[in-house]
Amino acid sequence: MLNLQGYGSSILQGTILTIELCLASLVIAMFLGIVTALAKLSSNRILTISATAYTTIIRSVPDLVLMLLVFFGGQIFINQLGPMVGYNEYIDINPFVAGVSTIGFIFGAYMAETFRGAILAVPGGQLEAGAAYGMSRSKVFHRILFPQMVRHAIPGFGNNWLVLMKTTALVSIIGLNDMVRMASFAAGATRMPFTFYLVVAIIYLILTSISILILNWLNKKYSAGFIKD
Amino acid sequence: MDFSIIFSNLDIYFEGLKNTLLLVSTSLAIGLIFAIPLAVLRTSNNFFISGTIGVYVYCFRGTPLLIQMFIIYYGMGQFELIKNSFLWVFFKEAYFCALFAFSLNSCAYTIEIIRGAIKNTPHGEVEAAKAAGMSRLLRFRRIILPSAFRRALPSYSNEIIFMLQGSSLASVITIVDITGAARIVNSRFYSPYEAFLTAAIFYMAITFIILWLIKKLEFKWFAHLR
Repeated sequence: MLNLQGYGSSILQGTILTIELCLASLVIAMFLGIVTALAKLSSNRILTISATAYTTIIRSVPDLVLMLLVFFGGQIFINQLGPMVGYNEYIDINPFVAGVSTIGFIFGAYMAETFRGAILAVPGGQLEAGAAYGMSRSKVFHRILFPQMVRHAIPGFGNNWLVLMKTTALVSIIGLNDMVRMASFAAGATRMPFTFYLVVAIIYLILTSISILILNWLNKKYSAGFIKD
Repeated sequence: MDFSIIFSNLDIYFEGLKNTLLLVSTSLAIGLIFAIPLAVLRTSNNFFISGTIGVYVYCFRGTPLLIQMFIIYYGMGQFELIKNSFLWVFFKEAYFCALFAFSLNSCAYTIEIIRGAIKNTPHGEVEAAKAAGMSRLLRFRRIILPSAFRRALPSYSNEIIFMLQGSSLASVITIVDITGAARIVNSRFYSPYEAFLTAAIFYMAITFIILWLIKKLEFKWFAHLR
């Protein structure tokens, strides 16, 4: 049906890079999200204010602008920082690192909102009961809070994941050889842009469809034992 | 930070601001105009009609906006048929292509938002309207849609912000929006902080103004619930 003129394997390589990028940024986003959500709910004023500033600023600026800022600005920043710590050679930022850290940083803010809502959905009395049993705060977190917040976090988490996946298409702009960029190389060489971008669109559609299936399964699994309303 | 770079180039940013606002408002308006009837049809019992709209929505929500834009801007030139027809006048223009892609994308998301709102209409209201002898059309016009719009407003405000942020992609296909302005400034002076932070402030300002306007609108629309 689709004649890829021998570019199929390079698109496939790009697809693998896209998937790696998605998963790596997801790990960073989850970590930042949990930390920020806990900071937002803490009683420390400085922590709450800085966490709120982070989520508000990140969510009101387009991903592309942040990505270009990190890619171009980060390059200068690191090379100014280098000599200060006694490293004098020119440092080239790896676009993969720039992409992963930017996407992770952006979606950390979205995840924080999701996790904050999920934490608030767990009845406070249970946490107090845990504390009354003499559990340490980390024990309360991993024994009581975390297993219950997962259920509330899954729908929001799923949305964020789907948006995150689509955002990875932007890394082609900062020169990472993901499937979009591979497709644009192929499109330029064969003068068949429609075909190649359509292929990329179909691959994205497949990835989102698989994600939706997995998310539905997870949702079902973690909602077991709860009455559907 | 060199503020003189920002101040001496503010005119480029304001040109970009104009383009961003124009692109966003036009594509949102086109998207909404088509989304309302399509969302109503999406709830129809005819499997063919609702299925077709469902596939359209699924495809546009499941793929990145960037790719949709590329398919339209770069992809259409692959077909001699389009290249030789009057359509090429439009498809060779980056601005038209961005607008076309944004409108299609926004329309898909808006259909889903309105469909969700329609689906959540309380059964009692619909039954009461039926009992009062209203036709299907009248029911939609008087009962279902007004309350659906009210329910859709919070999600639609997200869509507006999403579209504003998505519009920054237009800069990739040579359009000078706010991001495009920042890229010009960055490439001219090699000053990424000044260039992109200024763009970020512009976007933040627009976002906050939009959120404030929506809050006012919600205050008005939800007056009966206060």
